[in-house]
Amino acid sequence: MNNNLKTITFGVKGMHCASCVNVLERSLKKVEGVTSATVNLATEKATVTHSATVTENMLSDAVAGVGYKAMIGKEVPTEDEEKKAKQKELRALRIKVVVSLFIGTLIFWGTFPGLMSTSPMFLQNFFVQFLLAIPVQFWAGFSFYQASIPALRNRTANMDTLVAIGTTVAFGFSAFVTLFPNIVESMGVEAMPYFDVATVVIGLILLGRYFEAKAKAGTSEAIKKLIGLAAKTARVVKNGKDTDVPIEEVQIGDIIRVRPGEKIPVDGVILEGESSVDESMITGESIPVDKAKGDTVVGATINKNGSFLYKAMKVGQDTMLSQIIKLVENAQASKAPIQRLADIISSYFVPIVIMLAILTFVIWYNFGASPSLLFALLNTVAVLIIACPCAMGLATPTAIMVGTGIGAQHGILIRDAKGLEIANRVKTVVFDKTGTLTLGKPKVTDIIPIGSFSNKEILFFASSLEKGSEHSLAEAILIEGEAQNIKPQKAEKFKAVAGHGVEGYIKKQKVSFGNRKLMEKEGIKVGEENQKIEALEEEGKTVMMLSVDKKLAGLIAVADVVKESAKNAIEELSKLGVEVAMITGDNKRTAAAIAKKLGIKKVLAEVLPEEKEKEIIKLKKEGKVVAMVGDGINDAPALATADIGIAMGSGTDVAIEAADITLINKDLKTVASAIDLSKKTMRTIKLNLFWAFGYNIVLIPVAMGVLYPFFNILLNPIFAGLAMALSSVSVVTNSLLLKRAKI
Amino acid sequence: MDKIIVTIAGFAAILGTAWFFFGKKEEKVQVKDSVDIKVSGGYVPETIVVPKNKTTRINFLRTDKNSCLEEVVLSDFKIKKFLPLNKKVSVEIKPENKGEYDISCAMNMYHGKIIVK
Repeated sequence: MNNNLKTITFGVKGMHCASCVNVLERSLKKVEGVTSATVNLATEKATVTHSATVTENMLSDAVAGVGYKAMIGKEVPTEDEEKKAKQKELRALRIKVVVSLFIGTLIFWGTFPGLMSTSPMFLQNFFVQFLLAIPVQFWAGFSFYQASIPALRNRTANMDTLVAIGTTVAFGFSAFVTLFPNIVESMGVEAMPYFDVATVVIGLILLGRYFEAKAKAGTSEAIKKLIGLAAKTARVVKNGKDTDVPIEEVQIGDIIRVRPGEKIPVDGVILEGESSVDESMITGESIPVDKAKGDTVVGATINKNGSFLYKAMKVGQDTMLSQIIKLVENAQASKAPIQRLADIISSYFVPIVIMLAILTFVIWYNFGASPSLLFALLNTVAVLIIACPCAMGLATPTAIMVGTGIGAQHGILIRDAKGLEIANRVKTVVFDKTGTLTLGKPKVTDIIPIGSFSNKEILFFASSLEKGSEHSLAEAILIEGEAQNIKPQKAEKFKAVAGHGVEGYIKKQKVSFGNRKLMEKEGIKVGEENQKIEALEEEGKTVMMLSVDKKLAGLIAVADVVKESAKNAIEELSKLGVEVAMITGDNKRTAAAIAKKLGIKKVLAEVLPEEKEKEIIKLKKEGKVVAMVGDGINDAPALATADIGIAMGSGTDVAIEAADITLINKDLKTVASAIDLSKKTMRTIKLNLFWAFGYNIVLIPVAMGVLYPFFNILLNPIFAGLAMALSSVSVVTNSLLLKRAKI
Repeated sequence: MDKIIVTIAGFAAILGTAWFFFGKKEEKVQVKDSVDIKVSGGYVPETIVVPKNKTTRINFLRTDKNSCLEEVVLSDFKIKKFLPLNKKVSVEIKPENKGEYDISCAMNMYHGKIIVK
C-alpha cells in the first residue's frame, strides 16, 4: 500500500438519485491522483483516496463541475451548536462569578478597616485569607492565564494578560507577606496582604464579562429572528395527494398548497386561489398584500385568509429570506471606516499599558509616599486592571450589528458598514421620477366631455382608436375603458400620425384623437377649452383631445400617478436637513408641476437615461454627499455613481444587493428611515468610541496617581476592577439602546 | 541603591516589553490552495500570502478556550464565523486586488494578516 495516499470524507449537497452517485464518482476519479472515490446517497457523503498532489480545491472543482457542492471542511457550526456552546460557557461563568464574589466579600470583610471589627476572627487570619484566595486566583481566574499563555507564546497580549499580571502581582505579594512577614517588615513595610484586591477584582471582571456576554447575545438578535422565520416543512402536492416534506427537500417546480394562517414555505408564483399575505416580516410593511393567480409569494411570509396552490420558483439559498440573511450577515462582518483609528490603537494598547504599569512602579518606588513599595505595587495593579481595550474593540461592531439588524426588520437592507457610515453624511437625495416617485404606470386622471358628449362616449371613441395603437399612453386609455366596461369597436381606415395622434372612422364618423398639433392639422379650433388644457398641463398631466366629425368632443388627461407616500417622504427628508432633487426625462413644465406637488425644489428635467450618471457627478462636484434613489435596474449606473445608491423595489420584487442600501418596501418614507437609522447608528458608534477612548485616557493616568500630588486621590484597584467591568458592559448596552430608536 | 536598581530594572523591563511585543519578525507562509490556521493566543501562522484572483481556503482550528477568539472576522471579505473549540471551520476567499487584509477576532484584539500578491 502506498503510504502517501490520503483518504478524505466530505459531505456533498444536491444529490437526488442513484445516477448522481455514478456521475460524482466518475468525476472524482477523473482527478489526477485520485485512486478511489465512493459516494453514498443515503449519507450524502463522498470518500476519496488520493495522493498528496490532490488538493481539496481540486476535489471541490470536480464535484462542482458536475453540478453538486462539496462540503469539504465545512463543518460550520449550526445555530444550536453555537447557542449550546455559549449557554454552557455562561453557566460556567456564572458559577465562577458567584464563588469568587462570595469569597472576595468574605476576605474584604476580614480586611477592610471599617468592617474588620465586625467580622469573625478566622476571617482576619492571613492564612485563612490565603487559602480562600487560592481557588479564586487559580480556578475562577484560570481563564485569564489560559488566554494569556498562548498569546504570550505568539508575542501578543490582550485584556486577559493585563488581568492575569495585575491579580498575580496582588496575590503573589500577599502570599509572600503571609508566608514571610518578617522579611517584609524588615524592609520597613507593614506585613499586610491584599488578597481582597486579587479576589474581588477577579470576581468583578468575571461579572462584567458575564453581563457583556449576555448583552452581546442581544446584538445578534435580529439575525436570529430572521433565521427563525424560515418554515420547517412544506405541503407538496404529489400525484394529487398533499404530503408534508421537510423544507430542505422542496424542489423548484414543486406544487405547494398553503392554507389560511400558514407560513409560505419557499418563494414562488400562485397557480390557483387567492388570499392576502402578511409580508411585514420581510418588507416591514404592516398592511397585508392581496395575492391572486400569477402573483409572486415569498417564503416565510404568512398567508392570512385564503387558500392557494403555488409553484416553487426559488428554494434553499436562493430564496429571498436566505438572501436577506446572507446580506445582513455580510454587513455585520464588514468594518466601518470610523473603526480604523480604534483598530490602530487597540493593536498597540496592551503592551503600552504594561509599559505604563512598569513606569508607574518605578515612579512610585522612587518618588512616592511611604511605604513606597506598597504604593508602587497597588498603583501598578490599578493601572493593569483599569485599562480596558475591550470597550474600544466593541464600540463599533456592536452598534453595526444592532443597526443593520434593525434595518432588516424594517425592510432596509444595508450592504456594508461603509454604506451605513456614508449614508449618515448624505446632504442631497436624488429621486428618479418614473417608477420611484410615481407608480411608473400612466393612468387616466380626467375625462372632460364637451358639448353633448358623455364621459362614456369619449372613452368609447378613444378606446376604439387606441386599440390599434402602440403608444405608451394607449394602455392607460384601454385600462380605463375596461374599468368602465367600455366595449371598443374596430376603427375603419385607422391611421397613426407620428407625433400627433391617431385617426379613423367609427360608426361612420371621422374620429381624431391626439395632441394640439393634430387638432390644428384637422382645422379644429380648441377655442375656449384652451384654458382647461393649460390648467391640466400645469398639473403635470398630458392632455389628449378628441374630435368627432371635425368638432372637439372631449379631453382626456393622462398622468403617471405619484405614490401616496411620496409627499410625506420628502417632508421627512427635509426634516433631516437633506436637500431633495428629482431627476426625469420629462419636459420641464411637467417635471416642474410634479415637483411642485411634492414640494421638491430642485428639478433635473429632460435628462436622458444615459445622462443621469453625469448629473450625479455634477452634484458630487459641488461637494455634496449624494444619494440616488431608483429602481436599481434602469438606473444602475447612476446608483453606482452616487455616494450611496438606494434601490427601491416594488414590494418583494427587488434585486437584493443591487445597491448600497436596498429597500424592500413600497413606502418611500423608508428612504428617510434609512438615513435616520444611519445617523442614529453613527451617533451610537461615536458615543461608544468617545466613552471607550475617554475612559482609558482619563482613568489610566488617575490609576497611575496623577491626582495624588494635588488632591491626595489614589484609585483603589478594587474600584479599578469595578470600572473596568462596567466599561465594556456600558458600550454594549449603549449599542443595544439603538433598538429603542424610532425610525 | 535599591532605587537605582528598581529604576534600571524598570526601564530595562519597559524596553524588553517593547522589544517582545513590537520587535517580532513577521513570518509569512505562502499558500497555494488552502492553509490551516491554528487559533491559539492569536493566529498561527499569523501572516499568509495568497494569490490574486484565485480561491484560497483557510481552515481555522481554535484550540484556545479564550472566548475572545471564538469569532474570526475577515472584514474585507465580509466574513465572520463562529469557531467552536477543536472543530475545523473553513472559509474561502477570492481576492481581486493586491494588498494587505486583516484577520481579527470579533473584539479586534488578535490580528493576523493576508497578503495578496
